[in-house]
Amino acid sequence: MKIFFTKVPDPIIRLVIVFGVFFGVILFVRGFVIPKELKEKGIHRTSAIERELASEIHYAGSGICAECHDEEYDLKNEGYHQKLSCEVCHGPAMEHTEEPDDFTPPAPRQRKFCPECHTYNPSRPTGFPQINPVAHNPLRPCIDCHNPHDPKPLTVPRECSACHAQIAITKAGSHHVMLECTVCHDTPDEHKSTPRLIRAGKPVKRDLCASCHDKDSGVKEVPKIDVYTHGEKYVCWQCHSPHMPEVNHE
Amino acid sequence: MSIELVDKLTELLKQVTGFIYPNEIQIHWTLLIVVYPYITGLVAGAFILASLVKVFNVKEVQPTYRLAMLTALAFLIVAPLPLLLHLGHPERSYEIFLTPNLSSAMAMFGFVYAWYLMLVLLLEIWFEYRKDMVLWGKTEKFPMNWFYKILSLFSTDISEKAVAFDKKAVKAITIVGIPSAFILHGYVGFIFGSVKANPWWSSVLIPIVFLFSAIVSGIAIVLLLYMIITTSRGKQIDMKCLDRVASFLLYAVIVDFSLEVLDFIHRLYESEESITIITTMVLNKLSISLIVMQILLGMLLPLGILIIVKIFRFNQELRKLLYFVSAIMIQIGIFSTRWNVVIGGQMFSKSFRGLLTYKMEIFGLEGLLMAVFLLILPFLILTVLLKVLPPWGKNNETNTT
Amino acid sequence: MNRRNFVSLLSQLLVFLPFGGTFGAFLKSADKSLTAEAVTGQRYAMGIQISECIGCGRCVVACKTENNVPRKPFFFRTWVERYIIKKDDEVIVQSKDGGVGAFTETVKEKDILRSFFVPKLCNHCDNPPCAQVCPVGATFQTVEGIVLVDENRCIGCSYCIQACPYGARYMHPEKHTADKCTLCYHRIKKGMLPACVEVCPMQARVFGDLNSGASPLARLKRMKNISVLKPGLNTKPKVFYTDLDGEVR
Repeated sequence: MKIFFTKVPDPIIRLVIVFGVFFGVILFVRGFVIPKELKEKGIHRTSAIERELASEIHYAGSGICAECHDEEYDLKNEGYHQKLSCEVCHGPAMEHTEEPDDFTPPAPRQRKFCPECHTYNPSRPTGFPQINPVAHNPLRPCIDCHNPHDPKPLTVPRECSACHAQIAITKAGSHHVMLECTVCHDTPDEHKSTPRLIRAGKPVKRDLCASCHDKDSGVKEVPKIDVYTHGEKYVCWQCHSPHMPEVNHE
Repeated sequence: MSIELVDKLTELLKQVTGFIYPNEIQIHWTLLIVVYPYITGLVAGAFILASLVKVFNVKEVQPTYRLAMLTALAFLIVAPLPLLLHLGHPERSYEIFLTPNLSSAMAMFGFVYAWYLMLVLLLEIWFEYRKDMVLWGKTEKFPMNWFYKILSLFSTDISEKAVAFDKKAVKAITIVGIPSAFILHGYVGFIFGSVKANPWWSSVLIPIVFLFSAIVSGIAIVLLLYMIITTSRGKQIDMKCLDRVASFLLYAVIVDFSLEVLDFIHRLYESEESITIITTMVLNKLSISLIVMQILLGMLLPLGILIIVKIFRFNQELRKLLYFVSAIMIQIGIFSTRWNVVIGGQMFSKSFRGLLTYKMEIFGLEGLLMAVFLLILPFLILTVLLKVLPPWGKNNETNTT
Repeated sequence: MNRRNFVSLLSQLLVFLPFGGTFGAFLKSADKSLTAEAVTGQRYAMGIQISECIGCGRCVVACKTENNVPRKPFFFRTWVERYIIKKDDEVIVQSKDGGVGAFTETVKEKDILRSFFVPKLCNHCDNPPCAQVCPVGATFQTVEGIVLVDENRCIGCSYCIQACPYGARYMHPEKHTADKCTLCYHRIKKGMLPACVEVCPMQARVFGDLNSGASPLARLKRMKNISVLKPGLNTKPKVFYTDLDGEVR
């Protein structure tokens, strides 16, 4: 043994000591100083997973809404919006499920909200209901005509649109969409069997339009005018197109 | 999120052409990561030059041997700094050394660096200088004598047998050192070459191109340093040595240039999915740094000069001047190579549909000033090393055998 | 000492050799017993029906809210791209603000050959390049096959961001660590849906367990033609697309 040591050159012994100390320190640090959770993947992953699991939840999921809002929930689930979860429109509601009185999720009623999904875009799948927000009943909030929990395209009575499809389509995008054809047109039953002989009537006086648009009428949110002094000798529809009334942006 | 970052990214967003994935707007590996492979390249290259003396017995290059070793050491000490500074959490960097992820190429940094620094460079320098250090430990004044005694690990044996053993040890370490130097820089290339998501990087040739460009830049920097230091000491430049180093430089440039050309041709000929965006990038974003700086100024010009010097027998002064100029051009060229690899690889979207822009910071941790500082730092360290371990010995004693 | 202990001990020792880690990793990948736990139990994944997506961007907003992703329009755990393939074969891809808000028109409708939206997120690859390259093992796969980042471990080197072929990762501007989709790990482990799936009005996004025989995802995989993004890179993504166009990258 002694012979072996004397045979090893002197510098080698010195170097071995230096390197030995160095690696000893590294091994010591790795072995005893570095916390266990950094070395063992199992442990540090557990702590990472726990941290991840502790993250705050913001979206409550739609199932829980039914517990209180069962009416709206059931209505929604039968209509075209059945695939939508409540938080698509109402926003994250976890806080609301915990403190129902302190935090109320917003219900977007403005016109700008629905077009986020329903504006026409050639990239959207065919068949998905889309509108042109500039032409489609401008300025009116969507929920005036469509119930967001049970949205439906508004339809003209089948009997009229069978022949007057062009008018029906025009009217569907207008302010007058909610008015049925017969509100303005006097249509005898015979008009359906012999449309050319027995014609549907058009308003001959201003009274009909005045019932909504006169300055003294009680109907809200429609343009008002002094119907009986405005526009000289003409009947309203001779200047205005009632199937797509002009919009007067003020 | 800071307003400056928002402003910066908004500005960058305006300069995007085509489509990039939204998260790609930030370039993550910036100027400092350009500096890193450049510096390790100098380390590997300088070492390869030094090994020519010991392993291949190229006697003419002997005057540069110790200088090359110390240059390699100076640059190796600085090499991890740019990496450290670019980290989001530099205080956690010890994890790479102590608890590395076994499958990561980058985690090999700890091993490669420790191996190369301690088992190759320091050991070889120690054995090379041991006799001198023992002598200086005796002749120098306090406290430097103790400094040398500690450096020599208190060894005293300078008998002929012991010195012969030192020489053997140096040779053995150099033999181990050559593949180690290849690994050191090949590994840096591998970090880029193994990223399969990035077609600009993902290539088996990248580590090899890195290696040869490293040799080119390492030889060139030692050539420069040798000329500057010898002149500043008022000594005569050994022209035999200089010519020999220059011809090694020429051979290395030829190999490096062929490899790079091979890489370009290979990419163009294979013409894969990414070729359109890469061509657009090279012609628009990299036109100056790649075509002008890297290929014309950094490669073809010095190549031409070195060939001309070889063919025509110019006088000493002109040769010196031409070597000096081409060595500087080569440094610029190799730095551009690193820039084009690192920054170029992040300038196009991985969707291959758009290009983005890198806006260099001036101040700040990853800015231009920091990069310049990191490039100057090795020279400061080298100055200290040259004072402590002068390759030419002390008090006019002739030690450079 | 059983085989498993032996292998992990060996790889622990190899750590101290240059490149020892590489061999250690080889040893581990060869030893199936170490990965066996990943095969049983749950394996979460997502399906995306391109033909259903209307590009409304609700998922992007919900993700940012749920996961506190930086609000400014630069960092996304999920985002929506719009592809327009013109009649002259030019492909235009957009993802302004990650798809939040409307996609503005830039192409005349008569020039469009086909067009669609593609929601993107982390693919939670079975063979994740990001986890492979992470030098400190901060990115890892859970037993459920979800790729997570340990933000207390990440050193912020950005190597994973470079390695991800899908651009799914970003450097968190405040934490200075890599960040990405967790598939809403905190939700799904409590039996809830990921936030993006929860708010998708078209149910274009389908979440489920691949090991379960009957789930919306299992049905999707059975009934539809399934593709993944960049299959040639062998990352084995677990986000499955139906009707994926060849132009999508």
